[in-house]
Order: sequence, then structure tokens, then C-alpha cells
Amino acid sequence: MSRLQHRFDALRAHGRVALIPFLTAGDPKPEETVALMHALVAGGADVLELGVPFSDPMAEGPPIQRACERALKHGITLADVLALVADFRRADGDTPVVLMGYLNPLEVFGYARFAQAASEAGVDGVITVDIPPEEADEYRRVLGEYGLDPVFLLAPTTTEERIARICDASQGFVYYVSLRGVTGAANLDVTEVAQRLAVVRRHTDKPVGVGFGINDAESAAQVAPIADAVIVGSAIVNRIEEYGDRPEELREILREFVAGLRHAIDGATAPKVSTA
Amino acid sequence: MSNLKSRMLPDSAGHFGIFGGTFVAETLMRPLAELREACERYLPDATFQAELDEDLRQYVGRPSPLYLAARLTARHGGARIYLKREDLNHTGAHKINNTVGQALLAQRLGKRRVIAETGAGQHGVATATVAARLGMECVVYMGSEDIRRQAINVYRMRLLGATVVPVTSGSRTLKDALNEALRDWVTNVDDTFYIIGTVAGPHPYPMMVREFQAVLGREARAQVLAQEGRLPDALVACVGGGSNAIGLFHPFIEDTGVRMVGVEAAGDGLDTDRHAASLCAGQVGVLHGNRTFLIEDAGGQIRETHSISAGLDYPGVGPEHAWLKESGRAEYVAVDDKEALEAFHELTRVEGILPALESAHALAYATRLARELGPDGVIIANLSGRGDKDVHTVAELEGIEI
Repeated sequence: MSRLQHRFDALRAHGRVALIPFLTAGDPKPEETVALMHALVAGGADVLELGVPFSDPMAEGPPIQRACERALKHGITLADVLALVADFRRADGDTPVVLMGYLNPLEVFGYARFAQAASEAGVDGVITVDIPPEEADEYRRVLGEYGLDPVFLLAPTTTEERIARICDASQGFVYYVSLRGVTGAANLDVTEVAQRLAVVRRHTDKPVGVGFGINDAESAAQVAPIADAVIVGSAIVNRIEEYGDRPEELREILREFVAGLRHAIDGATAPKVSTA
Repeated sequence: MSNLKSRMLPDSAGHFGIFGGTFVAETLMRPLAELREACERYLPDATFQAELDEDLRQYVGRPSPLYLAARLTARHGGARIYLKREDLNHTGAHKINNTVGQALLAQRLGKRRVIAETGAGQHGVATATVAARLGMECVVYMGSEDIRRQAINVYRMRLLGATVVPVTSGSRTLKDALNEALRDWVTNVDDTFYIIGTVAGPHPYPMMVREFQAVLGREARAQVLAQEGRLPDALVACVGGGSNAIGLFHPFIEDTGVRMVGVEAAGDGLDTDRHAASLCAGQVGVLHGNRTFLIEDAGGQIRETHSISAGLDYPGVGPEHAWLKESGRAEYVAVDDKEALEAFHELTRVEGILPALESAHALAYATRLARELGPDGVIIANLSGRGDKDVHTVAELEGIEI
């Protein structure tokens, strides 16, 4: 069983919703990334989403675009990102790590070489924004061969026919993009998300993570009751940008922010316990 | 290769061999499917084609002449050089052939808002023009570096009622404008039609834009047969994304005796890292929705490109060109800034035609090829646009303040 599946099964058994914070590898500096990953776990993250910097991040809003630019200034490569994961794994063998990025760095690295190296580094899943299942036969086959979960995305515009196909292709969990727009956008409509997720649930029993536009404890609490995982990216990245030159303070701020999200999610989803 | 087969490409999923395809965020899969259906329905439709033909005649001013550049030919003492005069189209470039077509599709899909990316500004102007004519809202994304280089076109777009949004991310040129237009599209997907200006992007754009630009190649083929009584020996066109070149090449693909030469921007030279020649000096990768040749580093990050002409300053190229290169049907060469500038001045002084700096790359190679082919040869060079927009760039290079 994959580390992702194991983690989601355990959470489900306890009636809990996963919290998946995102950060871009190498932002603000490659040497800070592993410590930031541990801080996110200390705050209560169940799964980590680690962004692979790309020069042309088409689906990202300004915060993650700038995070990519900051990371790339240090010349970080896909091989460096995998080395960071391997480093993280030395102290944390349990928390699943999912890479999120764009196809071109993987194409240039080579799917098989990438899958082998990622698997050895301790990566669990891969989200590639710009590869729909229609183009992904070889990609899925190779990732599967090395025990990596390919996570595919659903959007508000996905037709029901494609929902079935994407849920079928996705392993580990399915990523529901909660709004029409880029990461960090401010037009989250929780009612619409709930309606769409009801449709998604008709097609899959796999865990469904919801991301894009969840930027604080309040929106996390709104989404938590209808999701299996709450994904928070730009709000973390904004804090990295603000406190990037104060590493110790940044780690503490991220730990506290994630703890706040954790508390809000658990508060919104915990089974009611009688206090009488 | 089978030329008959290449005429049938792309396949139903938009692939030209290993190139092309649909590599986009999930949100865009549905509007792309709608666009594919619209292409299947309307491109073969007689009413649609009649409306398009009427617009191309009455609004764009087609057909454009195939002009024998006699003095240019004489100077080089070689093959007769014909210029396909796309610079004489309304708005001054071939770009309008495509925007007129896509705007008609947008209308049929009930979209009231169009967006576009632009490099030199020609596609932005052509989009703003059709939007003004059809009463549509128009937003054009343009790199801030290109806005500086192409101030006249920026003002033209604003006069036409378009909003020009400066893009300050990345290299601040055409590729970044494309990223920003894609971001707008995922945000406003329900009411917005994205008019891509070249034969790149996800399927069906490379095919659709080719179909709208092929009018210039069909005309050129009929004109050269009428004027010369035979097919040309070679076609020459500049290639950034590659829409004017595909438009010229496509109707000749089965004429295997006709050489097809795409001319990329060598910038400061292919031996430097300041050029934009993805076919001559790039590697295969995925960007902006399709698999093609890209200018990228060893880790797959897209590199900044350079060309004196903003319209060629793009790190990718249409996937059909990648296929034509791989299959050997077309050949690709590169001309540097200096040689393009010389061709710009030469055509202006010898023929009284101010070419766009993009087109000047094709002209530079055409004169070289003319000498090689000798006086019995016939070449068609695509004069894809006029050079008024580049006057400031050229003056600045020569230290002249206007």
C-alpha cells in the first residue's frame, strides 16, 4: 500500500480530514526548505505538497509565480528538489510528500529516470498541472512502475464523462480545483464546490482533496466538511515571501499558521462528543 | 515520409507525430473541446466560409498581390524573388486573416469577450480591430519589454478600445504574455474566447490557425501559376510561432518539388545564448499546451530569448513546424539581427517597401537563396507585415531620436 493511501485510510478511520500545505521547493532558499517542511508537519500537516519550480507556471497566481522566481534564482533543479525530499525523509519516514509542478522539467529529465529517482528519494505522488489523462498513458505507466501515485486534477468545468475518467486515472487522491482561476484567487464559492463534489463522489471512493482559494482558517473550516483533504498553498507562500529573510521566525509562523488551520479543520469535522 | 499523410495531420487529438497535443490545466479541457467541436462544425460549413471569404475580401483587402521584386532580384542576380504582400492587408500584417476567422467562431459560440497575447503588437492590433468591429470586449496581454519596444501598436490597440495589460513576470515578452492570457482564460472561461495569434498552443489552435492562414498560401500558389506558369522552387517565410510560414507552406506540402524554408531569429548569433531559434538550436519539450522544440536549459526551464524583432522573440514554435522539420519536408535556417536589419534597409531603398523586422529575416535568406538558385529560379518570400511599427526600433539602433 502506498504511503498516501495508508495515510488517507488512517485519517478516514478516525473521521479526520487531511491538511495538505504547499510550499515551493527552494523558496526562499534551498537550504531552508527541509526545515520548513518539518515545521509544516509539526503544525499538523498530514501530507506535504512540494512545488517544483518552473519558469512558466501557467496555473499559478502571483504569489506562487514569485515563489518560483525566487527559487529559480538559486538555480534549483528537479534533481535538487529530489535531494531535498531525500533529506526530509531522513527525519520523517511517515508524512507523504507529493510533488506538484509542470510537465517540461519531467520531460527533459525523462519519465523513467525521474520516477526512479523520485521513488528512491521518498516521493509518494506527483501532480502535474499540464498533463491531462488523455496525454498521460506513458507517464502513468512509468510512475506506477516505481510505486508513485499520479494525482490528477478535476476542475469546475470538467464534464461528468471526464470526471469518471480522471478519477479512474488518479491514484492516492483526486485533486479538485475549487474555482475558475489561478492559485491564490479570491473567488471561492463553497456552495458550488459542495454541489460539484457530490457529483464527483458518484464516480469515486478515492479521497478528494480540495485546493485553490483556501487561504485561512475560516475557508479551511468551510471546505473541510465536504472534502477528504484541504490544500492550502498561496497563503503559506505569502508568509514565506514576507518572512523569508528571518528563517527562525518564518518556521514558527508557518507552524502556528498550520496549527490554526488544523484546529479549524478538526473543529469543523470532529464527531460531536457529548460534554454532559 | 508520406506527404499525403502529412496533409491530413494533425490526428484527432492534435498530434503531428510526437508533436502537438493538449497539455493544459484541467479547467481548459472543456473550452478546448467546445472549440474543437466548433471547428468541426463551422470550418467545413459553406455559410461560414462564405462569410469569412466576404470579410477577407471586403474588410482585410484580400487577395494580397504576389509582387515581383524586380530591382531586388536584379541586385542579387539570381532567382526571381516574388513577395507575398501580406503587409498590404488591413492592419498591416497576415495576423488579421486569423483574427477575422476566430472572431467569427467566437460569435457563433456566443462569447462577448476576447483576449489575446501579443509580441510585436500586430496580433494584438488585429484582435482589437475585429473586436471593435464586432462590438466585443477585448483584453490584450503584452510583455512590458515589448510595450516599450512597440509603443505605436500599444496606442493603436488602445484607440481601438482594447485594454492592454502589461505583463511584468518572467522575461516580460511574448511567452509571458501567453502565460498571462492562459491565466485570464482559466479565470473567465465561461464568457471568454482566447484568440491565439500563432500556430502554437493546445489543439485545436495549431490546426485552426493554419486553416485561417492557409488562404495566403492558396492565393500565392494560384498567383505564381498564373504569373510564372509554374510552381516556385522555394518558399521562404520567417518563423517565430510560425503562423505566416504555415499559411504559406501548407497548400504546397504535396508539391514535393517546392522547397519550404522557415527562417528563425538568430539574434546575436546561434553560437551565443541570445537568439530565438527553437528549431535550429532547441530541444523537444512541452510548453503552452503542446510538445514542440523549445529553447530551454538542461533542467527544462524555459530560457529567455532575444531577437531584434518582438514577433520572433518566442522560445517555442508551432508543433507542425516541428513535424515538418523532423519529417524533412521543410528546412529551417536562422538569420541574425544584423542581417535582418540590412534586409530591412535594402527592401526599403530598392523597392520602396518598408518590411516588418520579422519579415526582414525571410527577405535576408531569400536573397541568399536567390543567388544560390541562379537566374532560372523562382522564390516566393512572405512579406508577412509592414515595418512602420519598427521605425522607432531601427532609429534607436542608429542613434536617431524621433
